[in-house]
Amino acid sequence: MTSTLESPSSPKRRMSLPVFHPDFMTEAHTASADAGLHAALDNSVTKKDYGRRSSLAELPDADGLRQLAGDIKRHTLDHLDYYLELLERNIIKHGGKVYFAATREQANDLIVNIAQRTGSKLVVKSKSMVSEETELNDALIAAGIEPLETDLGEFILQVDHDHPTHIVMPVIHKNAAEIGRVFERYFKTPFTDNPQELAEMARVYLRNRFNQADMGISGVNFAIAETGSIVLCTNEGNGRMCTTRPRIHVALMGMEKVIPSLDDLPVFLKLLARSASGQALTQYTNIITGCRRPGEHDGPEEFHLIIMDNGRAKILAGEYRDTLRCIRCGACLNACPIYRKVGGRTYGSVYPGPIGALLTPLFNGLENHKHLPHASSLCGACFEACPVKINIPEFLIKLRKDQVEQGITTAPERIIFKLWSWGLRHGWSYRLGQIAQRVMMRSIGNKDGWIKKLPPPAQGWTAHRDFPMPPKHDFRYVYKQYRAIQQRGK
Amino acid sequence: MKVSLFVTCLTDLFAPDVGMAVVKTLEHFGCSVDFPTAQTCCGQPAFNNGFPAEARALAVKMIDVFHDADYIVTPSGSCCAMIRDHYIELFHDDPDQRKLAEDFVARCYEYVEFLTKILKVDMTGLTLPKDEKFTYHFTCHLRGLGATGEPAIRLLKQLGGAQFTELEKSEQCCGFGGTFAIKYSDISGAMVRDKVECGVKTGAQTMIVNDGGCAMNIGGACHRMEAPFRVRHIAQVIAAAVEHTAGANVS
Ligand code: SF4
Repeated sequence: MTSTLESPSSPKRRMSLPVFHPDFMTEAHTASADAGLHAALDNSVTKKDYGRRSSLAELPDADGLRQLAGDIKRHTLDHLDYYLELLERNIIKHGGKVYFAATREQANDLIVNIAQRTGSKLVVKSKSMVSEETELNDALIAAGIEPLETDLGEFILQVDHDHPTHIVMPVIHKNAAEIGRVFERYFKTPFTDNPQELAEMARVYLRNRFNQADMGISGVNFAIAETGSIVLCTNEGNGRMCTTRPRIHVALMGMEKVIPSLDDLPVFLKLLARSASGQALTQYTNIITGCRRPGEHDGPEEFHLIIMDNGRAKILAGEYRDTLRCIRCGACLNACPIYRKVGGRTYGSVYPGPIGALLTPLFNGLENHKHLPHASSLCGACFEACPVKINIPEFLIKLRKDQVEQGITTAPERIIFKLWSWGLRHGWSYRLGQIAQRVMMRSIGNKDGWIKKLPPPAQGWTAHRDFPMPPKHDFRYVYKQYRAIQQRGK
Repeated sequence: MKVSLFVTCLTDLFAPDVGMAVVKTLEHFGCSVDFPTAQTCCGQPAFNNGFPAEARALAVKMIDVFHDADYIVTPSGSCCAMIRDHYIELFHDDPDQRKLAEDFVARCYEYVEFLTKILKVDMTGLTLPKDEKFTYHFTCHLRGLGATGEPAIRLLKQLGGAQFTELEKSEQCCGFGGTFAIKYSDISGAMVRDKVECGVKTGAQTMIVNDGGCAMNIGGACHRMEAPFRVRHIAQVIAAAVEHTAGANVS
């Protein structure tokens, strides 16, 4: 008899997100000791975090606005099928074409097909995290099409065969000297670490290539269902070049990016740039509705919108729906004390930081990313920063619970927590536990009242800091004495 | 005003003087304080690690132990946040117990919150035994209580002899996070070193916190790094001022 059940050894399921390295702990170990990285991150993300706070504080009711943004997203996600159909209809009305891609492979195939059909050889891209998710550049190259990143940060990464480590500031992990060396190798010009000169080199190079491009690919910050428009928020103006200059414009979006109407847009525009960098607005906000109409002189001849699922529908259907509210502003990364110490690479996939710690296991399976839900002190800075109020810490705890239920948590850990909580249910066992801890710790403590080395499994603590030795008497005892003395005094 | 102290398991074992400081200061401000001895732990470690059933059992015990308390006050921001943010939802499928939880949660306060919101105390008139320069680390879990560091800093500034300097990245987590500090000790270590370095820059003699976990973590790192400041719970500082001022009035 054959069983239809999957055997435990059956190949692991397909992963929706690329995985750059499998070992969180090794990366975390290296990054945590990298003072240069910490200084660079403090100089960028920590500053942006303060920028976010002060620019939001200028609004009359920032918290109310965040609530509203979250509510709009919740409403849209609750009726996603309706709004996606509306979006599709209105895009078509304006001469665009719409495709639904179930997986990232399908999304890439669709784009490659469009490129091949239109005879596109050079494709210019504006920054898009979804295209990182699909590893679109690899797919284009495999089909003999040249992709060119035109966002400065993404361009640096492309020529250096590297990955973004931040969803808004992709090249945050490289300093000017490192970028200088990348350009020295690539352009074969003398080394410089002057940021202006470096930017100018890229600008001159990219200007020329824009003119040669057949197709432009963009992401989508927001797609407006009511008007059939897509909205792009950029700071470098390259998004505008990518979507106007080439003959063909292809926009790729995750299916959660839709918002109902144009009236909703200002709510998000007010929050997006402020949350990302403290700017009131990004330098360029493009609202693109369809392609070139008869009689118009410029704009692309064709507009294609690819709406991608790649695991989102599954998340939408479950308890983690709220995570799809994310507008990829990066505020949670900037606010996160862990991200500030480990950088983006450690998270192992395209979405780093608090939102990545949530999304990566949700997309790829908890069993493949065991550490991500746990590598958080649950300080709540991400939730406080999030413009659409995703309660990230709460969801991380939920993922931990799922791990316990799915048997991913190790048996010793499960036993420890069961025993521990049982012990705390009774006064006598609590006391016994406290006494045992005190006796044990006082036996290994130094005269100065500190423990230099704790035994396993707690040795990690003393690898980095001392542990206080419990005093001779606990609070209960001291309190009892205090009351007894008071009694005697009466 | 009748107040029951929830001292927390950590403070019970490691910082009895913090517990006593809470008792004595609350008494100074006119409360009668009792300590229900059957209390153990709020269940936060179990809950945070994905064991809600275990946390729930402890919540039942907590609610029972404090069933007739008018107010429950705790020196730990994170335990208070555990209670306020999670106790009610833990009993989503048990309406009776949920009612009890709601009633319990409404009576629970973190120490500074209780001083400022319920007692509305004023520290002017209290003087420290000697002039002291303070800085303040914002305990993350106060976020869960919707609180900021402002009330604690305000109280500190009212004390005679207290000088205050702002801590750089005050709101950045110190890296405690319970089991996080052990399981991800490399990351946690980098975080706490950052905190101590910021503390050193202030030139303060004392860094104030309102949570036992932060105190242990930052204090332990200060000792390892031989930093020139100490970490104290805000109750200890207020208690010192209360004691000194009372002594001065007697003599
Ligand atoms: S989770 Fe919130 S803060 Fe983080 S990137 Fe998404 S929208 Fe921004």
